[in-house]
Amino acid sequence: MEDLLQYLFSGISIGSVYAVVAIGLSMLYRSTELINFAHGEFAMFGAMGLVTLWGQFKLPLPLAFVLTVAGVSMVGILFERFAIRPIKDPHPISLVIITVGASIVFRGVAMVVWGKDPVALPSFSSHGSIEIAGAVIVPQSLYIVAAALVLAGSLHLFFRYTLQGKAMTACAVNKKAAWLTGIPSARMGLFAVLISSGSGAIAGIFIAPVTMNTYDMGTMLGLKGFCAAMIGGLGSLWGAFAGGLLLGILECFGAGLISSGCKDAIAFVLLLLILYLCPGGLFAQKQADRF
Amino acid sequence: MDKKLVHNLLFIAVVAVTGMVVENIYLLQIMTFIGINTLLALGLNMLMGYAGQVSLGHGAFYGIGAYATAYLSGTLGISPWAALVCAIVLSVAVAFVVGRPTLKLSGYYLGMGTLGFGMIVHILFREAGSITGGASGFVGIPMLTLGPLSFEGGRNYFYLVWTVVFGAIFLCKRIIDSKTGRALAAIHGRENAAVALGVDAHALKLNIFMFSAALGAMAGFLYAHFVLFISPDSFGFMASVKMVTMVVIGGMANVWGALIGAVVITLLPEVLHGFADHEMIVFGLILMGVMIVMPQGLTQGVIERYARYKKRA
Amino acid sequence: MHGIRKEHENLLLQVKGLTKQFGGVKAQDNVSFGVEQGSVLGLIGPNGAGKTTLFNMITGVCVQDKGEILFNGHAIESMPVHKRVAAGIARTFQNVELFPGMTVLENVLVGMHVRLKSGFWGAIIRSPRVVKEERIAREKALEILEFTGLLSYADRIACDLPVGRQKTAEIARALATDPLLILLDEPAAGLNRIETQALGALICRIKEQGITLMLVEHDMGLAMEVCDKILVLDRGEAIALATPQQITNDQKVMDAYLGEEFQCLN
Repeated sequence: MEDLLQYLFSGISIGSVYAVVAIGLSMLYRSTELINFAHGEFAMFGAMGLVTLWGQFKLPLPLAFVLTVAGVSMVGILFERFAIRPIKDPHPISLVIITVGASIVFRGVAMVVWGKDPVALPSFSSHGSIEIAGAVIVPQSLYIVAAALVLAGSLHLFFRYTLQGKAMTACAVNKKAAWLTGIPSARMGLFAVLISSGSGAIAGIFIAPVTMNTYDMGTMLGLKGFCAAMIGGLGSLWGAFAGGLLLGILECFGAGLISSGCKDAIAFVLLLLILYLCPGGLFAQKQADRF
Repeated sequence: MDKKLVHNLLFIAVVAVTGMVVENIYLLQIMTFIGINTLLALGLNMLMGYAGQVSLGHGAFYGIGAYATAYLSGTLGISPWAALVCAIVLSVAVAFVVGRPTLKLSGYYLGMGTLGFGMIVHILFREAGSITGGASGFVGIPMLTLGPLSFEGGRNYFYLVWTVVFGAIFLCKRIIDSKTGRALAAIHGRENAAVALGVDAHALKLNIFMFSAALGAMAGFLYAHFVLFISPDSFGFMASVKMVTMVVIGGMANVWGALIGAVVITLLPEVLHGFADHEMIVFGLILMGVMIVMPQGLTQGVIERYARYKKRA
Repeated sequence: MHGIRKEHENLLLQVKGLTKQFGGVKAQDNVSFGVEQGSVLGLIGPNGAGKTTLFNMITGVCVQDKGEILFNGHAIESMPVHKRVAAGIARTFQNVELFPGMTVLENVLVGMHVRLKSGFWGAIIRSPRVVKEERIAREKALEILEFTGLLSYADRIACDLPVGRQKTAEIARALATDPLLILLDEPAAGLNRIETQALGALICRIKEQGITLMLVEHDMGLAMEVCDKILVLDRGEAIALATPQQITNDQKVMDAYLGEEFQCLN
């Protein structure tokens, strides 16, 4: 029983990370129809940025946080500006290769800057772990869950109540119509990249203390984020959130009850099941195609 | 004489002479790898270039071919040639089972589905240690022999691989230049119109998926018996992406494009060894650069640029 | 809709109680009618009346919620599209859907797909039988191009032709499936008067070959000229099935649809 509860807690914690990664991917897709295979690398940059600014330079945590998110967002904007926008008639396959190429470049840069050895970071606070019915929760897990909730909540409010957010939603629904009503779709795309890379960095920052940080940690994280986004329905904010949590929980139960080696496979098995059974994701609305 | 036939014979002659002239074992090895990669690109090109279906998990079939022959001929000790047949049959069977539901998807969803499949197979290679040797790899793959002929030397293997490549190009051309090829192009162009004309799109996609899986397994077989040691990382996500890249860089829907893509993607890392730690960065930048400047692939891109240059001159 | 039962023997296509709903919209509401062998049936009705949906259900592109479709004496409502084409139903599209990058001849050859026996292995082995079949297919494709007046365009890229020729090429491609019934979805849309006249003549020649036709048409002149019977759809319901003369004299139809449109035209 304690075991099961422990799996649940760990699942929610890791699931929140997946949720944040998935939200970043999903929001970018919604606004620009771009699937960014370099998204995991933004998370890696987030973690590595924290390693340098907080771990090595001993900057105060909030300052390190802000600087890291800003820095990674800058990288995201440069990436959009110089790699995505110049393509006039983007074919999905070319975009896949360009973003994969970018992920290779980002990983290469990280390898040169931070080396190949994994780096560990201490938890954000030195509070002791909490025990509930025999299961242990480390404080960092709580921070991760809180961060995911705050991020998803503020994005929700942003899309619902701000003009900028509404304009982005309009762009996502129908780019041309939005453009005709005077919404600058290029700026909206840039804004989406900003949100996406920023949230990627946040995911990286919050898991940095609970994982070994290496230059190639982003690939798996990015792919798992995809699975989560697909499970919830590509383009949906809360779908991505729920997909991330579900994936994290199932993974921890799978690792605990079946085998830890197959943990990584669970995400992809789940992905295939979702694609076969309800391709639009768990929370998709049914829609009819018109010929 | 037929112009196409002349081109084909010329190509075969160039490869044959190259094999005879080159003495450097390292160069022969590189060219053998080019041949193996051409097989991979040819198979995927049939699926992506002609049928218009993306696969981000084709590394799985490459791996299935390699591991099947490794296990059958290495562990069980049966003849590698019998193992080849089993590897291809297994790969095609897997393609059938996976392709049936997956090929109903389209666009990014198809990409993600095949990606998921590729990752699952990759994880199986890593975790089924008793059969595959796990993450540390499989040692003890026997060398290929055919009667008195040994494929130990670089040159014999070079000829073996390229003979298979010629055969594969021949097969691909026959399929393209047939009723099936026309129907594939029709599906690629306008799927609903093709369906309305009675093309069973799903069955045809499945056929070509299985065909490309067979070529992938063939390449895996040749790879395994060439390097004699395989590990899961050769068949993971990056392997699948590398295959897609070869097809797209070379230019889709073009048999020779597959060859050019294979040449570029095989040679690039070798050339970039000089950059040492910066190799990854340069490789990624070249990849992005080519796609940004010539999204239609190098073959088409260079031809168009040359035509424009000539017009101006 | 009274005459149907008497002529039961001669009906090539018979639709009974076809119903289809998209969300809250009834695209087809209990539609029943029959098409006589060798006749031309026109389908008219305001936009959103369910004409294209009806075509999609007959060809199998979308599946009905309820109802039966009998074709040539067989129930086809649960057949996949390619089997229906093999059974003899061909169609053209409202927006031209020729295959990009292919010549007119190649487009027509794709149309022969269901009539050619050789498959995947045939392509690889390329036996004399396959070669012969391919040669005969080409000859037949050229015959069809001659019949439709496109012979001189055989080797041109289909999508580069003017719209009128493209529409004809689509009809040629549909003819290549060797159909018993051809469904034409707005064949005259985008054509000028001369092209429309040529189209009318082509439809009559296809009819002379013994092929049954159904067409959705907004060009009332053409519909009146070539159709033996006209079916009027309004908001998913079949409100009339009669000869063109009767339709123009039917006050109910005029009120529902034609009145407005005719006023606009005049």
